[in-house]
Amino acid sequence: MKPPRFAYCAPQTLPELLEILSEAGDEAVVLAGGQSLLPMLNLRLAAPSHVIDLDRVPGLDRIDGANGCVEVGAMVTHRRMETDPVVAASAPLARCAAGFVGYRAIRNRGTVGGSVAHADPAAEWPIVLLALDGAVDLASVRGWRSVAAEDFFESVYTTAKRPDEVVTSLSFGSRFAHSWGFSEFQRRVGDFATVAVAVACVMESGEVAEARVAIAGVADRPVRCPEAEAALVAGSRSAASDAAAAARDSIEPISDIHGSSSFRKRLIYAETQRAALQALRANGAGADDG
Amino acid sequence: MAELSVSVNGELTAAQVDPRTLLSDYLRDHLGLTGTHVGCEHGYCGACTVLVDGASVRSCLTLAVQADGRSVDTVESLASNGELHPIQQAFKECHGLQCGFCTPGLLMSVLELAATNPGCGRDEIREHLSGNVCRCTGYHHIVDAVEAALNSVREQGDGS
Repeated sequence: MKPPRFAYCAPQTLPELLEILSEAGDEAVVLAGGQSLLPMLNLRLAAPSHVIDLDRVPGLDRIDGANGCVEVGAMVTHRRMETDPVVAASAPLARCAAGFVGYRAIRNRGTVGGSVAHADPAAEWPIVLLALDGAVDLASVRGWRSVAAEDFFESVYTTAKRPDEVVTSLSFGSRFAHSWGFSEFQRRVGDFATVAVAVACVMESGEVAEARVAIAGVADRPVRCPEAEAALVAGSRSAASDAAAAARDSIEPISDIHGSSSFRKRLIYAETQRAALQALRANGAGADDG
Repeated sequence: MAELSVSVNGELTAAQVDPRTLLSDYLRDHLGLTGTHVGCEHGYCGACTVLVDGASVRSCLTLAVQADGRSVDTVESLASNGELHPIQQAFKECHGLQCGFCTPGLLMSVLELAATNPGCGRDEIREHLSGNVCRCTGYHHIVDAVEAALNSVREQGDGS
C-alpha cells in the first residue's frame, strides 16, 4: 500500500525543529532514516498528522569519541556504526552489533536514533546501550535531558521520550567498552533477533569486577539479567555457562510466531553462553574478532 | 505539495510531489523509469533497490522528498549504447534470472558490492544479497553470476 496523507516539514535548525514539535502535538512523528516509519506508513499502521524530517537539521550526524566515551548523533546510520574507526576503537560492541541490523540497504539508511526511538524489543541498539551503561539524549523547547538506557525503554514501541522531545544523540559509556561479547539468533540474515544477547564486563586484575548482560527478543522491552551478571562476577571456572543457566532460569520469555517460550529459553542459554565466552576470552582491546 | 529536485541517472529532474510519494513511485510514475520494480512495498523483498549517492536503499522505504538534492541511480543507468553492463552480462551468461522481477534490485545491490568490496567471496556475496529475494531462479546461479561479475569488474580494474 501507500502512505496515508500527512503534512511534511523539514526544519533547517534544531530550534526550529523543537518549535514545530512542541506545536504539532501527539499526532506528529519524526522521520530519521525511515526504515521503521515507512513500513508502518505503507502498511497504514501509522497515520500521523505531520511527518517532521530530521535530515536538514545540522549536527545530528556526528560521532565524537572523547575520554573513551562515544557520543553518536541520532542521524548516524547503522552502516556508519559498522565502518567508523572511532566506534571500532572506543565501542567495538556497537560496531559488531551494527552488522546484525537488517540488510545492507536498510543499514545504509536506518539510524541509531530512529531505532531507539522506535524501541522494537528485538532490536540491537537498545541492548548495546544497556550493556555499555549508555544513555539517550533528548531535546525539547523545555531544554535538554539525558535518560539512562535502563530507564528509557518502557514497553513495545514505547519509551520515556515525550511527544515534544526528539532523540538527539546516544552516548555509549567507556567503562564496559573493552570486554564484550555479542551473539544473536536470527531465522534469516537480516531478520530481527529471535534472541540477541550483549555482554560487557569491567575487568580488574583479570577478574570480572562488574558485568552487564542485556537480552533482546524475550520480553516487551530489552532486559538486563542481574542473575547472569552476578554469575559472571562470581567468576567460577564455568562462569559463562553459569551465566547462561542463570539467564535461562530467571527469564520467562514471550512466545510468538517466531518461537515458543521454551525454544527461546534454549536460545537464551546458547546466546548468553556464546556472548559471555567472547567477553571473558577478550579481556582487552583486541576483542573485536568475534 | 513539496518541491523536489533530484538527479536521476545523471539527469536533473524537478517536480512538485505529494510528500507521501515514495521514491519508487516517483521513479516509476513520474519519470516513467519502470525498471525499478515494486514487490512487497514494506522493505522485505529488495526488488525496488536503487542507489542514492552510491549507497543501496529501498526506494519503497524512502520518500521522494528524502532524495531531494541527492543523486539516484536506477537499473536504467547500467546498459549504455545497447551494451549490457558487465554485471548484466554475467547474470545473462550464468542464468542468474528467470522471470526477472527481482533482477533490477539484485543488479543495483551488486553494483554497490562491486564498488565497495569487489574482492569478496561467495559467503560475503550471499550476506550482501540477503535483502534481495528471488522466487524462481534459486540463489546458486545468482551467486555464480555475481562471482563472474566481480571477476570481470576486477579485470577491468575500475571497480565500478
